[in-house]
Amino acid sequence: MKKVLAIVLALAMVFSFAACGKKEDAKQGGEEAKKFKVGMVTDVGGVNDKSFNQTSWEGLQALAKENADFEVSYLESKTDADYQTNINTFIDEGTDLIICVGYMLADATKDAATKNPNQKFAIIDDSSIDLPNVACLMFAQHEASYLVGLVAGSVTKSKTVGYVQGMVSEPMNQFGVGYIAGVLAACPDAKVLQYNANNFGDIPGGSAAATNMMTNGADVIYHAAGGTGIGVINTCAESKIWAIGVDTDQSTLSPDYVITSAMKRVDTASQDISKETKAGNFKAGVHLYDLKNGGVDLAPTRTHIPADVLTKVEQAKKDIIDGKIKVPSTAAEVPQFELK
Amino acid sequence: MSNFISELGVIIYATLIYTPALLYAALGSCFSEVSGVINIGIEGMMTVGAFTGAAVAYFTSSPMLGFLCAGIAGMIFGALHASATVLLNADQTISGTAINMIGPGLAILVARALFDSTDTIPLSPEQKMPLLFRGIFDTSTTFGKFMENVFGTYVSTYLVFVLVVVVWFIFYKTKFGLRLRSCGEHPEACETLGINQGFIAIAAVIFGKFRPQGALIGCLLFGFCSGLKVVLGGSGAINMQIISMIPYVVTVIVLILFVGKSHVPTANGKPFIKSR
Repeated sequence: MKKVLAIVLALAMVFSFAACGKKEDAKQGGEEAKKFKVGMVTDVGGVNDKSFNQTSWEGLQALAKENADFEVSYLESKTDADYQTNINTFIDEGTDLIICVGYMLADATKDAATKNPNQKFAIIDDSSIDLPNVACLMFAQHEASYLVGLVAGSVTKSKTVGYVQGMVSEPMNQFGVGYIAGVLAACPDAKVLQYNANNFGDIPGGSAAATNMMTNGADVIYHAAGGTGIGVINTCAESKIWAIGVDTDQSTLSPDYVITSAMKRVDTASQDISKETKAGNFKAGVHLYDLKNGGVDLAPTRTHIPADVLTKVEQAKKDIIDGKIKVPSTAAEVPQFELK
Repeated sequence: MSNFISELGVIIYATLIYTPALLYAALGSCFSEVSGVINIGIEGMMTVGAFTGAAVAYFTSSPMLGFLCAGIAGMIFGALHASATVLLNADQTISGTAINMIGPGLAILVARALFDSTDTIPLSPEQKMPLLFRGIFDTSTTFGKFMENVFGTYVSTYLVFVLVVVVWFIFYKTKFGLRLRSCGEHPEACETLGINQGFIAIAAVIFGKFRPQGALIGCLLFGFCSGLKVVLGGSGAINMQIISMIPYVVTVIVLILFVGKSHVPTANGKPFIKSR
C-alpha cells in the first residue's frame, strides 16, 4: 500500500513537470533539419493571457498548421529572470527566429542580440533596440483605442466612462491617451475615470475597480490590463453596462456586454515576420502595424454598436488613414490623462 | 456624506470579493493545522479545486455542482497530503511542496486535454454562482448603490461567513473538534513557507491563532487592504507602486506583531507515529 502510494505520488510529480512546456510538430529524424524553427518567449503574462501572448502563439500555431515547413514552440516566462534563460535555450536549440513578446523583454533581447549577431530576433511592442538582427514589431494601439473611445463617448448616457490600465509605461499609456482623445472627440464634456491596476493578473482588482467606476457613474468601461481586464468585463456584465475589450475580440468573454474591442493583430505580425525571415527577407528595425495596413482595428463583432455610431467610427478610421485626424500617442498631448 | 457612503460601499464590495477565496482555504487549513499537520500544500489544493469547479460548472452548467466538486477535488488532494504525512510519515513540508507542484501541473495537463488551453473557458453568467440580492435595489440612489455593492455579489461569498460559524462550532462544541484539537497538542514549532495566495491564507491562519474566527479577521484584513488599494488608487493622488504594497506589507507587519503570541498547535509538523 505504502509503496503504491509512493509510486503514484512520484508519477504525479513527473507529470506535473512534463506539463510545463509544449512543442508543436516535433518530428524525429532527418526531416527536422529542413524545418524553419520559430521560438516564442512570452512575458510573465503567460501563453494563455487572453491577450497578446496568446494571440501571437495562436498566429504561430496557425502558421505551422498551414505550412509544414515551420516548426513553432514557445517558452513561458514566470518571472523577469526567465527572459534571458528562455532566449538562451532557443539559441542553443538552433532556433532560426526568436520572437520576444512584449516590451518587458527589451533588455534581455538587446543583450542576447548583441552577443549573438547571427541570431535573428523579433520583439513586439518595443522600438528601442537598433541592431541589424532585431525586428521591432510596433502597433499603433492609440489609433485602435481612439476608435473604441469614439464608441464609448457616443453610447454613454451618463457622460462618464471608465478606463483601467495594467501598468503605467509609455507603450501602455498609448492605449489610455488614444481612448481619452476618442471619448472627448465624441462627447467633449465627458468625464473619464481612470485606474492603474499596476498588475496584469489581478481579476478581483479589475472587478473592484469597475465597481468603483460604476458607483461613480461610469456606464462604459475600457480596459488595457490583460488578466485584470477579465474582472472588469465580468463585473460590467453583472451590472449590465458596456465593457470594451483589448488586443483580441473579447466579445467571447461576455457576448451581451462587450460592445467592441481594440484589436492588435499580433498574430498577423508574428506570421509575417516568420514568413519574411524564412524567405530570406528579414528586415531589421521598426515594422509598424497601424489602421492603414490593418495591423490594428475594431474587433469584427459589431452587432451592439448603433448604426450611426458605426458610420461615425468608419469615417474617423478613414480620416486617420488619410492623415486628416492625428491621434495623440503620448501623455503630454492629452492633459486629461491622469495615470502616473 | 453621500460620497463617503458610496466609497464605503465600494471598499466593502472589494473586501468581499478578495476575502472568500482566502477564507475558504484558511478554514480548511485550520482543520489540518489544529490536528498537527502543517499544510504548505494549500496553494496546490486551491488550484486543483478552482480548476475542477470551473470545469464542472462549464460542462454541467450547474454552478452549485461545480462548487461541490471543487471542494471534493481539494479534499482528494488533502487526502493525498494526509496519506503521505500520516500513513507514510513523510515530512510535512516536503509533501506540501510536492502538492504545490502537482496541483497547478495537473490542472494545466487536464486543461490542455479538455480545452486545448492552459485555462478554463470563461463561464457564462448562468454557469456562475448566482448573485445575491442583485437588481432589487434602486441603484439610482446612493443608498441603493451602496446596498447593491454590499449585498449584490456571489452567494458563495456570504456562505463562507456562515461556514466560519460552522467550523467554530465543530472545533469547540463537538466531541470531534475536541479530539481534533487534542491531536495537535504535542510540542513542536511551526514553520511558514509557501507562495502567493496560499501564503496569504496560511498567514491568516497563523495570525488568527489557528482559530476559525481568527482566520476570518486575518482574511478580512487582507481583503480590506486590497479593496483600499482600489479606492485609493482611483484618486491618482498616491503612487500606485506604493499602494500596491499595502496588503502585503500589512500582512507581514501583522505577522511579525502577532505571530509571537500565536499559540501553535504543539504537534504541528511532527509526524505522528503510533507505536511511539
